[in-house]
Amino acid sequence: MTSAISVRGVSKRFKLAHERYPSLKERMIHFGNTPHEDFWALRGIDLEIPEGATTGLLGHNGSGKSTLLKCIAGILRPTAGEIETRGRVAALLELGAGFQSELTGRENVFLNGAILGMSKRDLAQRFDDIVAFAELEQFIDTQVRFYSSGMYVRLGFAIAVSVEPDILLVDEVLAVGDESFQRKCLERVEQFQREGRTIVVVSHAPDLVSRICQSAAVLDHGQLVSSGDPKEAVQVFREHLRKTPPRPRPGEPPVTDDRVRVTGVRFEHPGSPERAFLEPGEPLSVHVAFEVDAPVDDPVFTLMIYDAEGQMRHGSGTATEHIDTGHLEGPGEVVFAFDEIPLLDGEYAITLCVTSSDGAYIYDWQEQRYHFEVRDPSRTFGPDDFAVQISIQPAAIVDRLTS
Amino acid sequence: MDTDMLDRPNRLSTAKVGLWQRIGDIWRARELLVAFTRTELKVKYKNSVLGFMWSMLNPALYLVVFYVVFQLILGSGIPNFPIFLLSGLLVWNLFSVGLAGATGSVVANAGLVRKVSFAREILPLASVGGALVHFFLQSVVLVGALLVFRWDVAVAYLPLLPVALVALLMFTAALGTLTAAMNVRLRDVAHFVELALLAWFWMTPIVYPYDLVAEKAGKWLFLYQLNPVTWVVITFQRAIYGKVRAVKVTDGVAQVTKILPKGADQWWYLWHLGIVIAASFALFVIALSFFGRVEGDFAEEL
Repeated sequence: MTSAISVRGVSKRFKLAHERYPSLKERMIHFGNTPHEDFWALRGIDLEIPEGATTGLLGHNGSGKSTLLKCIAGILRPTAGEIETRGRVAALLELGAGFQSELTGRENVFLNGAILGMSKRDLAQRFDDIVAFAELEQFIDTQVRFYSSGMYVRLGFAIAVSVEPDILLVDEVLAVGDESFQRKCLERVEQFQREGRTIVVVSHAPDLVSRICQSAAVLDHGQLVSSGDPKEAVQVFREHLRKTPPRPRPGEPPVTDDRVRVTGVRFEHPGSPERAFLEPGEPLSVHVAFEVDAPVDDPVFTLMIYDAEGQMRHGSGTATEHIDTGHLEGPGEVVFAFDEIPLLDGEYAITLCVTSSDGAYIYDWQEQRYHFEVRDPSRTFGPDDFAVQISIQPAAIVDRLTS
Repeated sequence: MDTDMLDRPNRLSTAKVGLWQRIGDIWRARELLVAFTRTELKVKYKNSVLGFMWSMLNPALYLVVFYVVFQLILGSGIPNFPIFLLSGLLVWNLFSVGLAGATGSVVANAGLVRKVSFAREILPLASVGGALVHFFLQSVVLVGALLVFRWDVAVAYLPLLPVALVALLMFTAALGTLTAAMNVRLRDVAHFVELALLAWFWMTPIVYPYDLVAEKAGKWLFLYQLNPVTWVVITFQRAIYGKVRAVKVTDGVAQVTKILPKGADQWWYLWHLGIVIAASFALFVIALSFFGRVEGDFAEEL
């Protein structure tokens, strides 16, 4: 198989400025010679990206995967080594980058197309297709500063794919726009795959890579640790690579490590499945789906309920209930089942967090992201639903109370 | 052009890019240069009623102010001062607007530079291109003034104007490319250029005549002559304004004002413009090499 992209011994160094000189005098003295630290974002990468296939570049944040993509796109130049690309390259790093907000959609199509290397004649031919794909027929002569973010992104994508690239570089930008347009984007990418164009996707989601890629490469701290079969690469990414980051010293704040991710939350209220709200005292169960990218031992799942004023009303979790979660890998689900919710009228928010048992790592923390509502048909008042039985002596007064 | 794009799909990206390849890349992106220049002009006057008229109002206002100050209040000995002033001022505006715009051009287009690959030299060049369009618009004011005053230009010197214009464009583009690249890492450069232009204006014979300086500077004249803009300005003054000496007779006493070098023919001007072009070319090569050396990191540094 021939390579569409050959990366030969590529290294990329960034100079991180150490300190800024506040005064002009100091700047003049140090002009062009500010103290800096060398940071190697890529070190000696050798990689052949096969033609006509979709390749995933996997790595966590700061692994150098985006830097490598930018080098392939020609946005950055390597400090050492060389990259050869065979065919017309289009990079979808940011949709609508370089739009001039003062110009109309039409003017921006021509400007952006020219930036991407299309001639005016090419553009004139494809103009109608671009506008139709972006679904902007009505607004094409409006200044883009009046566009919604969705319209902006749609036009950006439509122009980018109209270049008819031989090599398409994608940096997880497809997760934008509304759902129907996302589907359209994916369809276009799939069409590119069928047409045998080369696609390189940068991602930190191994699921996506194993689903759509025929080959994959894994980067860690600027070095290539695996390349070839995507299954193998995902394996390497999950097990070998995602080593625990350094443990914080006592007294230091916990370290974020996204190896466990909450992927979805579902409410079930068995007492009243047809209603969108609860009545006080009804049962509720919260189903939390999660995904473990790298094996963990005994993570702690915690759920907290907040009221509309931001007061915490409840907090419980595997630690408070003395549940050992054991060794976890892959997808799973935790269920928090409440026999009754003793809350009255109001909107309530749920915070979910997954941490390590010693509190040193935060795997995921979703602050008040999920909501449920309680509606009280009775006339009880106050924040909580106390189970109350009222009796009185003598009985005559009760008659008056109930009448 | 189309086929050129399609036939040139292979690209090699390395740490160092040869000068000729850079120049080739810029040449291939010439259509983009036009697009950027057009954009710059469009954006500048979008949502304005007078639009391009503003370009012409700038020299018109300068003309009134300098005429009042220098001709009426200070009483300079230059007859038909408006024509003299405009000949040099248009040149100056092209230089200063072009240089200031070019210096900030890469930083101003940070969003684009960070996310898209293209020959970034286009950015400062497009700023100079925009300034050139303004120059032609402002020339309308000059032509208007010539018609109003029924002015006779020095026809023999007119062919020098395109040469002078080329010299100025080359110098502005060379310097602007250099300052644009420097400004990415050190934003002070843009402020410095702004200030330098202020001083530079008075070091150029625009509101006062060149020959007055030549007379007074003595052996230090060569320092004054190091300013490339001077040569372009006096060429324009020679061709359009045309007067080398002005004689004013008051009470029977003739007072002579030296304006432009006496006895300097077309070849004298051409020779000096040639030096400016050669020097600008050298500066351009230096600027492109420097730009090329730091351009590979622009996307990270912005």
